[in-house]
Amino acid sequence: MDALTRLLHSLLPNVDWAEIGYASLDTLSMLGGSLLFTVILGLPLGVLLFLTGPRQMFEQKALYGVLSLLVNILRSVPFVILLIVMIPFTVLVTGTSLGVAGAIPPLVVGATPFFARLVETALREVDRGIIEATQAMGASTRQIVVNALLPEALPGIFAAVTVTAITLVSYTAMSGLIGGGGLGDLAVRYGYQRYQPDVMLVTVVLLLVLVQILQSAGDKLVVHFSRK
Amino acid sequence: MINFHQVRKAYRVNGQDIPALQPSDLQIARGEVFGIIGHSGAGKSTLLRLINRLEEPSGGRIQIDGEDVTALDAAGLRRFRQRVGMIFQHFNLLSSKTVAANVALPLKLAGVLSRSAMETRVAELLARVGLSEHANKYPAQLSGGQKQRVGIARALATEPKILLCDEATSALDPQTTASVLQLLAQINRELNLTIVLITHEMDVIRRVCDRVAVMDAGVIVEMGSVADVFLHPQHATTRRFVQEAEQVDEGELHDDFAHVAGRILRLTFQGQATYAPLLGSVARETGVDYSILAGRIDHIKDTPYGQLTLALTGGDLDAALARLKAADVHLEVLR
Ligand SMILES: Nc1ncnc2c1ncn2[C@@H]1O[C@H](COP(=O)(O)OP(=O)(O)OP(=O)(O)O)[C@@H](O)[C@H]1O
Ligand SMILES: [Mg+2]
Repeated sequence: MDALTRLLHSLLPNVDWAEIGYASLDTLSMLGGSLLFTVILGLPLGVLLFLTGPRQMFEQKALYGVLSLLVNILRSVPFVILLIVMIPFTVLVTGTSLGVAGAIPPLVVGATPFFARLVETALREVDRGIIEATQAMGASTRQIVVNALLPEALPGIFAAVTVTAITLVSYTAMSGLIGGGGLGDLAVRYGYQRYQPDVMLVTVVLLLVLVQILQSAGDKLVVHFSRK
Repeated sequence: MINFHQVRKAYRVNGQDIPALQPSDLQIARGEVFGIIGHSGAGKSTLLRLINRLEEPSGGRIQIDGEDVTALDAAGLRRFRQRVGMIFQHFNLLSSKTVAANVALPLKLAGVLSRSAMETRVAELLARVGLSEHANKYPAQLSGGQKQRVGIARALATEPKILLCDEATSALDPQTTASVLQLLAQINRELNLTIVLITHEMDVIRRVCDRVAVMDAGVIVEMGSVADVFLHPQHATTRRFVQEAEQVDEGELHDDFAHVAGRILRLTFQGQATYAPLLGSVARETGVDYSILAGRIDHIKDTPYGQLTLALTGGDLDAALARLKAADVHLEVLR
């Protein structure tokens, strides 16, 4: 063993680097998988919230009220509760409530309403004049959404994806509580339950690095797509 | 081309109908530049937006090119709107798209041209508005005047027959305003496009419009050729707009020339008469002396006009008045 490895070992005696590596990969796949489904489901939901909202193109008081209530209910349930309540549903969908696959459904259900609200807000930021100009060209609502609203709201949507991704990182850590795997799981099992502060420290630092990378990548995308 | 029959509009605010346009009749001919002027809240935008049904009328009938547009279904309305261009005070360009992509958007939405035909058309349009070298810029990189030119190119993309302009120059400085108005006049001539523009500046009306409607509190209070309305305003609102345009100050307005001796007349010349040496010859033939108390000479669209307030003294006054009456001028005896 060379000097560096010895030093690491003496400073962090309980850290099993191979396990850290697997846990990191698990965290990344949970994040990637849940973010993908959150965007796929949350984007249309956000557009629907926007279109049916007050004084918008498809104003529908009843539908908007129902969607809005549903979103608010899901957002007000603490994620830990959601994790537990969703276990039967998760087993139904993925066949297991454990591991990466078992973690993704509750992550998606927890993050989608949050992301949809952010999308709705981003769409509301688009100047009404742009919608009007596109209407005056003879565009259908679908065309307005695809050709004007989404492109104009793109920086806001990227910002929403970034915030959602970071929220999902902390959710994946929580899903460690019910055997979700990943860095959060390590932190709970070794760092907390066996009191190995060095493992806790390494996982927290890795999660911090992940959050930093997500934030700066998100910021870059937002800047890149802002033409204002 | 555009016919309003007893069209009215009320907005529903908190369960109450607030009238914005009283039942109005309006005829706008093909190829005409028609101006609508009025103070803020007079109902100008409402009237304009009724034309392409961005607002639904509360009553009455709107015919465009013989077609009742109040009866169109959703698909028919979309096709109709492709034949009506519109430009806006704040340009309403898509900030996420380049100049070329903004101009191409109506073509893309209509979906009738191939990609290469679309590119050719966009290049043509940008050349027409003088922005060829800015095709790949984003709107944020352009000046206000350039943005409005993009707006005009975009509005012309689907070869509309009508162009609606909602305060298209209100956000621009006087010089840029002049060049944008010149461009509008040019496309009106070259494409025989019917233009309806709204403004709160009489000067905009004077420069480009053929006819004008003056609006006040949801009512068209005066309508006619720009020369008639400008030179002989009848309604109080119109008079105020004309005075603003001519920068007549309050003092001059209320000056009844009490300290000036003799007969006081106002002469209005239009067209070639503006250049005829009338006053000199009348003075020579009848022996009257004249002094000019107030006056201006300018253009209404392409027609020169002059308006002079004179005091006549001495000589054969009756003969002079008779001579002026017989000449090609409009004569008002003020005192
Ligand atoms: N969507 C709306 N809902 C309710 N009231 C409206 C709406 N749009 C316009 N109004 C009202 O209708 C009246 C006429 O408005 P309009 O926008 O046509 O005026 P305008 O002459 O274009 O004024 P400006 O010069 O300020 O643009 C105003 O009293 C305005 O408050
Ligand atoms: Mg207006």
